[in-house]
Amino acid sequence: MPGQDGCDAAARQVLERQMREITYEQATLEAIQEEFRRDPKTVHLSTDLAAELQREFGPDRIRVTPIAENNFVGAAIGLAGSGFRTVANLRMATFGFVALDQFMNHAAKITYMFGGQAKFPILYRMTVGAGISAAAEHSISPYSMYMNVPGLKIILPTTPYDAKGLLKTALRENNPVISFEHVLLGGMKGEVPEEEYFVPFGQAKIRRAGSDVTVVAFAKMAYDALEAAEDLAKEGIALEVIDPRTLAPLDRETILQSVRKTGRLVVVDEACQTCGVAGEIIASVTADKETFGKLKAHPARVCGLDLPIPFSPPMEKFVIPDKAKIVKAVKAIM
Amino acid sequence: MTVTEIRKLCLHQLAAMAYKSKVARQGRYSFNAVNGRYPLELDKKTLIDLYTTMLTIRRFEERAYSEWSAGNLFGFVHSYIGQEAIATGVCAHLTKKDRIVSNHRGHGHCIAKGADMKKMMAEIYGKKTGYCKGKGGSMHIADFSIGMLGADGIVGAGLPIATGAAFAAQLEKSGSVAAVFFGDGACNEGEFHEALNLAGIWKLPLLFVCENNQYGVNTPASYAMSAKDITRIPEAYHIKNNVVYGNDVEVVYKAAEEAIALLRNGDGPYFLECQTYRWHKHFLSKALEDLRPQDELESWKRKCPVVAFETKLLQKGVLTGADLESINETVKARIEDACKFAVDSPYPQPQDALEDVYSA
Repeated sequence: MPGQDGCDAAARQVLERQMREITYEQATLEAIQEEFRRDPKTVHLSTDLAAELQREFGPDRIRVTPIAENNFVGAAIGLAGSGFRTVANLRMATFGFVALDQFMNHAAKITYMFGGQAKFPILYRMTVGAGISAAAEHSISPYSMYMNVPGLKIILPTTPYDAKGLLKTALRENNPVISFEHVLLGGMKGEVPEEEYFVPFGQAKIRRAGSDVTVVAFAKMAYDALEAAEDLAKEGIALEVIDPRTLAPLDRETILQSVRKTGRLVVVDEACQTCGVAGEIIASVTADKETFGKLKAHPARVCGLDLPIPFSPPMEKFVIPDKAKIVKAVKAIM
Repeated sequence: MTVTEIRKLCLHQLAAMAYKSKVARQGRYSFNAVNGRYPLELDKKTLIDLYTTMLTIRRFEERAYSEWSAGNLFGFVHSYIGQEAIATGVCAHLTKKDRIVSNHRGHGHCIAKGADMKKMMAEIYGKKTGYCKGKGGSMHIADFSIGMLGADGIVGAGLPIATGAAFAAQLEKSGSVAAVFFGDGACNEGEFHEALNLAGIWKLPLLFVCENNQYGVNTPASYAMSAKDITRIPEAYHIKNNVVYGNDVEVVYKAAEEAIALLRNGDGPYFLECQTYRWHKHFLSKALEDLRPQDELESWKRKCPVVAFETKLLQKGVLTGADLESINETVKARIEDACKFAVDSPYPQPQDALEDVYSA
């Protein structure tokens, strides 16, 4: 029976279901729950109790580990080599450095070094990003360091929808995956369908289409870039905002196609500029003959300053990119 | 540190060994070759199997050495000669469902666990037919199909990985266990302590096999380790432990038997220190200097685990000279086959380097 909006009850139900909004954090939890229900040979390791998971899956599979990151990052490798899939939550990327031996020497290399004999299905999770006055150690965004070590897959979900879909894909992967999740996005709400879905790795999302400037921005920076796009649209400058969503693999093709169209590129990354992913993207664009020939201006980057993140809010805000810095960078190449 | 200082420390090392002998005399060792309490209660088949495995490791390593000396091998080769009794005595109790994690000195662990020597030798040669298709080499041999989860080049790094393998065994509830092999050098790594702690609190079915060959490259354990008696470390973690003379395969066999029975019974983890000595330098090298005292090395060569066991088998009448010759011939032929397979196999194509970064 059609209602006033022209939808019948069933259609409205579908619409409402599709419109369901949950937080980014809830979305990641759902991904793990769904996959743990499907596959009993899955375990979860974290230094804090994942209470909701343990209530459902029990203390055997949902384990609290001592604060010994190198150990449980390595244990996940041993579990994988023994036929179990592990989710290991390190909480913050700063703690990931404690486990670099196992990440860099082992997780990244075992598949290759042993000639592809075994599969290593592991999902490592850690938060990145500044903005909560957590000071230098706890605010770092070190994903480009991991990109420099072949063998890891790296995801950087921006929306609750992507968080769930990318984690679902990660939980079907047969390789070590690191999910870097921005600390300011956990409580952010967004549309997440109840139906099962997956977001594939290596497919960038064009968050806003435009013809004048390609802006590549990750995680929280994608939101800042979208705000900048709103402002600049009023001045007649149309930004195309691209969110790569995964860094390894990185969807260079979508970026190249966009730049061939717009002729201008700004890359926005909260991480420090030197040896960062922004530089890598710009190099990919300028090293591509066809795209280089279509550039109307030099590519630009808007990155975190090459500094440890300071504690006090005025200084913290100063060192990381924001809408104003993006607007300024775009105008400078117009 | 200077060479003189190292040599001086080696004397301290001997003092520490004397202390250990004292401990042994007080009954710390379960079975001690020094005081002559050989068990020799094993059945003939077991004795022959142990001998054959030990001899196979010895001959394989001798061949690796001669191939290296002839300039046929690339990269780092870490010889297991001198330590054969340990891998042999421990792995004799393990099935394919039990998992082990090895280290840079891993050939012996592979052979004792039942790896295919053809694929091993081919890997050491860098051939396409090797276990890792030539991507790993001597230091990174693995065979997941027999529960050999690989050798790592980072001292101590196998320990966290082994806790995962042992956790898997615990979850499987099938009575299978995991074992990890490491040296005295690894005991000073943080990963060692993290793994002991985790294994302890989760009661993992994990056998820690410390092959105490007394040196990290040229640095004596007596210098590098504050705890002079290694087993006091697991003791502090409330982990059952034992220290044995690692050059007697029967001693290691019996100690491992006792330990693994506890693990299968859900009464893990367990720490087994086996005292031994490596005959070669840290890795085969013309450039690397061996700073260990020559008389110390010679005295341990006189305690050769293979010769000692062979002599005993003859003396006790378990085997005749003809039996030994026959076993030797068989082993020699297998090594020859392995080497021929490696030599005859093709090298990988350069572009094979592009494969296996990720699993499908």
